Amino acid sequence: MPPVNEQDPPQGELLLRLRGISKTFGAVTALSDIELDVHAGEVVALVGDNGAGKSTLVKILAGVHQPTTGTIEFGGRQVTVDNPRKALELGIATVFQDLALCENLDVVANLFLGHELSPLRLDEVQMEVRAWKLLQELAARIPSVREPVASLSGGQRQTVAIARSLLLDPKVIMLDEPTAALGVAQTAEVLNLIERVRARGHGVILISHNMEDVRAVADRIVVLRLGRNAGVFGGEASHEELVTAITGARENAVSRRRDRGIEATGGEQP
Amino acid sequence: MNRSSPETQQTRFDQADTRLRRDEGIAGALRGFVDRARSGDLGMLPVIFGLLLISVVFTSINPVFIAPNNLVNLLFDAAAVGLIALGVVCVLLLGEIDLSIGSMSGLASAIVGVLWVNSGMPLPIGIGAALATGVLMGCVYGFLLNRFGMPSFVSTLAGLLALLGFQLYILGPSGSINLPYASPLVRFGQILIMPDWFSYTVAIVPGILIVLSGLRTIRQRAAANLSPGSLSVVLAKAGVLTAALLLAAYYLNQGRGVPWMFGLFVLLVMIMHYAFTRTKWGRSMFAVGGNAEAARRSGINVKRIRLSAFILCSTFAAAGGVLAAARLASSSQQAGAGDVNLNAIAAAVIGGTSLFGGRGSAWSALLGVLVIQAISNGLTLLNLSSSLRYMITGGVLAIAVIVDSLARQSRASHGRA
Ligand SMILES: Nc1ncnc2c1ncn2[C@@H]1O[C@H](COP(=O)(O)OP(=O)(O)OP(=O)(O)O)[C@@H](O)[C@H]1O
Ligand SMILES: [Mg+2]
Repeated sequence: MPPVNEQDPPQGELLLRLRGISKTFGAVTALSDIELDVHAGEVVALVGDNGAGKSTLVKILAGVHQPTTGTIEFGGRQVTVDNPRKALELGIATVFQDLALCENLDVVANLFLGHELSPLRLDEVQMEVRAWKLLQELAARIPSVREPVASLSGGQRQTVAIARSLLLDPKVIMLDEPTAALGVAQTAEVLNLIERVRARGHGVILISHNMEDVRAVADRIVVLRLGRNAGVFGGEASHEELVTAITGARENAVSRRRDRGIEATGGEQP
Repeated sequence: MNRSSPETQQTRFDQADTRLRRDEGIAGALRGFVDRARSGDLGMLPVIFGLLLISVVFTSINPVFIAPNNLVNLLFDAAAVGLIALGVVCVLLLGEIDLSIGSMSGLASAIVGVLWVNSGMPLPIGIGAALATGVLMGCVYGFLLNRFGMPSFVSTLAGLLALLGFQLYILGPSGSINLPYASPLVRFGQILIMPDWFSYTVAIVPGILIVLSGLRTIRQRAAANLSPGSLSVVLAKAGVLTAALLLAAYYLNQGRGVPWMFGLFVLLVMIMHYAFTRTKWGRSMFAVGGNAEAARRSGINVKRIRLSAFILCSTFAAAGGVLAAARLASSSQQAGAGDVNLNAIAAAVIGGTSLFGGRGSAWSALLGVLVIQAISNGLTLLNLSSSLRYMITGGVLAIAVIVDSLARQSRASHGRA
């Protein structure tokens, strides 16, 4: 049993409520019976080992995949997210782990893809100005927004993907490893930004393997293990607690070190 | 850029990064152009070069090639296949293909002949029915791809046979219908020429539009704190284009003049160019061609975009068929057969639209069809049989595809998609 210490209850109304979500790909059960709640003004971190099903869950919410079973409630109403357009209309924006940018288009075109200003006579000037402002907010280091995305570095692309998710002012924003390729300043900006998005009363789902980042911004930490819920922690959960929940090991190097510290008098001695 | 007023020199949004070279004025524009060409972003360069080369070679062998009236004929011939190629550009942009365009154009010309001449219906109904058939076929291909994931290569190959069969069926045993020479349709396809003054006016319009939109962009960008770009580049572009168009119009007017039919084709090219580059639909076309999954995740209705591309392609093919019937004054079993299909696809590719999707331009239909028609016209002047013409056109197509593939590799190695 992983330890569950529910800390201060979430601030805002319930935005997103998943119950019994399962997803199978052929013979592989990527997710089974997942529960997840996201409130307004809350950062929920989703952690788990490689292949735990984090990205799959995000893709289900983004309308990329359909859940095999289970229900999604958004703003108190039960919804089906049959395609990504639906998710965007609901106000769920996503930064995908595999970014999903169009390499043949330039940065501005990618940012506004599907949501261009004045559809019959594209307003390139306004789009470019908003692009620069958004990128400045993210402390992005992108020399030119008129170059095709193919010529950008990995981190620059990630910044573009993050900027794109912010463009529509979504109610819930999901970031699948947003800082994996980012430099020091950009990571700090993204974490700042997550706090600002939360302050605006939006919900954030953050996926990261970096426990420092997670503990820095998360209000709740939801652990997935092999496609199942493996515990919910408060933002102050210790590194060891999280590692235990993620790996599922009752005993490993980390848990032994913890045991040595906390229960110095009892139980096992090496 | 006005460097003489340093007090207003606040950093522009797009020049904040110190690593970025500032390309200013005409020299800067040229430098940027050379950079792009070197990294494999060749644009219209190869086809313009090819067109010049072909003209020089044919003219040196037979000076009649460059005679004004020969060029007027060439333009009359180019309009029909050009229109079909314009449709092909739409599907190529998505990385799809339509192999049935030749049959579609043949069927369209047969429908016009049967409804108008044989059944005595008004001409607009005949043309309308032909275009409607194009829309319908486009819907079928789009549906097959969207619903069953049927590759367009296969579905349109099936369509090629089916449409050809239908064309032969409605033409019946006689197999050929002559269209009346005095009719407006045939006159449009063979005789009607713009008045001189009109052709000159038309030649000036693009330059004026470039200057006006250039000024507007400069003003808006300056107001929005973006580097405004230079007026001299805009003026140079407009000047060169206007001079070239006026020269062309003057030269053609030494002969019969500029055909209305070609004017219609160029107008449609310009409309499609606007649609590709300045509308949300066009942006979505490039996005789907570049990365369909990314486009879908951005909320683009990929299926609808695909459907629209196939509809446009088949409809342009049908319209091209009507023009071909007008040009030949007949609807026959031969219409749309032979090399029409491949000429139209070759024209789009030779003009610089990539077979791999996500790159291309409406102008490639215009430039490509001029290359194709120049070759066929030049070889006809040399009294060479169509066997040789096929071989040479095939060679040129192969060269165009090689250029496309090499440019793609070069772009990949220069990180430009
Ligand atoms: N499209 C797919 N087809 C088949 N199996 C899939 C597909 N997508 C994911 N899976 C499987 O689902 C499981 C969960 O994958 P997922 O991408 O959600 O992991 P993750 O938690 O995001 O891992 P990581 O930390 O490496 O990103 C994996 O076993 C994977 O093989
Ligand atoms: Mg993942």
